[in-house]
Amino acid sequence: MLDTPMVVADRVSKSFGSNEVLKSISLEVKRGEVMCLVGPSGSGKSTFLRCINHLEVVSSGRLSVDGELIGYREANHKLYEMRPKEAARQRRDIGMVFQRFNLFPHMTALQNVMEAPIRVKGLSRAGVEANARALLARVGLAERADYYPAHLSGGQQQRVAIARALAMEPKLMLFDEPTSALDPELVGEVLDVMQVLARDGMTMIVVTHEMGFAREVADSLVFMDGGVVVESGVPTEVLANPQHHRTQAFLSKVL
Amino acid sequence: MTNTTATGVKTEPGIKAIRLRHPWRNTFAVVLLLIVALFIADAAMRPAYNWPAVGKYLFDQRISQAAFITLQLTVYSMVIAIILGVTLAIMRLSPNTVVSSIAWVYLWIFRGTPVYVQLAFWGLIGTIYQTIDIGLPFTEPWVSFPTRVALSAFILAIVGLALNEAAYMAEIVRAGLLSVDSGQEEAATALGMSWFQTMVRVIVPQSMRVIIPPAGNEVISMLKTTSLVTAIPFTLELYTRSRDIAAVTFETVPMLIVASIWYLFFTSILMVGQYFLEKRFARGIGDRRPDKKADDATASITGTMTGVTPVVGSGQPTVVLPPTDPHKEDR
Repeated sequence: MLDTPMVVADRVSKSFGSNEVLKSISLEVKRGEVMCLVGPSGSGKSTFLRCINHLEVVSSGRLSVDGELIGYREANHKLYEMRPKEAARQRRDIGMVFQRFNLFPHMTALQNVMEAPIRVKGLSRAGVEANARALLARVGLAERADYYPAHLSGGQQQRVAIARALAMEPKLMLFDEPTSALDPELVGEVLDVMQVLARDGMTMIVVTHEMGFAREVADSLVFMDGGVVVESGVPTEVLANPQHHRTQAFLSKVL
Repeated sequence: MTNTTATGVKTEPGIKAIRLRHPWRNTFAVVLLLIVALFIADAAMRPAYNWPAVGKYLFDQRISQAAFITLQLTVYSMVIAIILGVTLAIMRLSPNTVVSSIAWVYLWIFRGTPVYVQLAFWGLIGTIYQTIDIGLPFTEPWVSFPTRVALSAFILAIVGLALNEAAYMAEIVRAGLLSVDSGQEEAATALGMSWFQTMVRVIVPQSMRVIIPPAGNEVISMLKTTSLVTAIPFTLELYTRSRDIAAVTFETVPMLIVASIWYLFFTSILMVGQYFLEKRFARGIGDRRPDKKADDATASITGTMTGVTPVVGSGQPTVVLPPTDPHKEDR
């Protein structure tokens, strides 16, 4: 069981109308692996990430997490679309961090972190609160537990968002450009938290433009362009010696 | 810092200048005051207002009972209107075209015709549908009773007001729901929350900020619209009741004043309630800072001040900021 990959994408395609955003993406993410998805905007990275927790429905191909097909049930060689309740159960185990944080503005940092474990898992308030405080301490925000998101900096908000996702004890974490909406001096504090998370063995897929993070933290790097995987491999190798001319062109702009 | 002189000890005294005068503005204010005073003095003396009669009827039991019925009509019809309005708003946002179209047609009819006309229709419902039957279509009904008995004028008044109001509430609620950033729904969904949980815990609380001000207007407007249920005819609410009393006593003007005072009393209470509701739902969004704790800016400035003594008057910047380390501050 431990040998099975956490995420398997098998010829995954996604179209919005006639616009094909993902074209037959196949890749695997092993347990404990940190994979960085890079590429120019509009290359389909974010869409692919959103397919993994069924925020977007794939048009064709198979996508499974922890051996379980995402969004569909298979019986008698037929696929059945999942009920919202089943899809919600799958999403519980997949944490997601958004570019724009998307914290609940009417709740304090602590309430943000406590919301899902209480409502979704139905856990008791006392245990959840202790765990939430511990998580906030882990992302360095123990002192800010009672602040509303509007009174936190972007970096602090994103760290709360990471704590909120971790509160559901996910087996996979998805990061959708987690530092792109941050002021440059706040990027580091978020990446540090992510780096610790990676060191602790969390399986992570990170859509990012932070090549330094990709080089230092990621186990693998996937370069996407125009909805296809152009090149993938060990980050240091891909970054230092890109094989494909599109990768070369992209990296020459961002590095 | 701007108040610090080169020696760094004395602050500038406040500016002393002759204030700019606004003679015309002041004159206008005085004239307005005079007009108001004249009107009040005149009204107090004028026999047509008959103030003793106002005082006599203000707390007349028939009037206070009618005021209570007006309040009941407002509350009941508003509660139904909000529930139905939320339902219609969600129906209008439904991906199913039939569902959203039906909600649209409802709005088209109930917003497109005067409430007075609608109430007159409700009054005639007993004539149009003489019995209410329960059973399967095209078979003998299991139960059948006359509409006039089942639906009193009071119930018809509530139904008429509520169904009309629901159309307006639906649009207010829809605007509120649409005002919430779509990222909120995504975040809740990604956490595994169900559609219902997402609505109740995330979307609706945030949309309340947008919904409450116009909804408050609607409640106040409803209180006054209850005076139209005379179209049904229902005669026990405040306005019709005071008019009926006036018809006997010929005290028309004092009775109108009595009714107006009661309406003003209720609307004032509603406005206070609205103020507190708005405050409640502004949590996390208004300028309110968390209690007791200093905000970020103050925290970092005090931190700087203790670490570095401000250098004043030496040609250097007065406050030297140390290189900021965002990690250190919070961990």
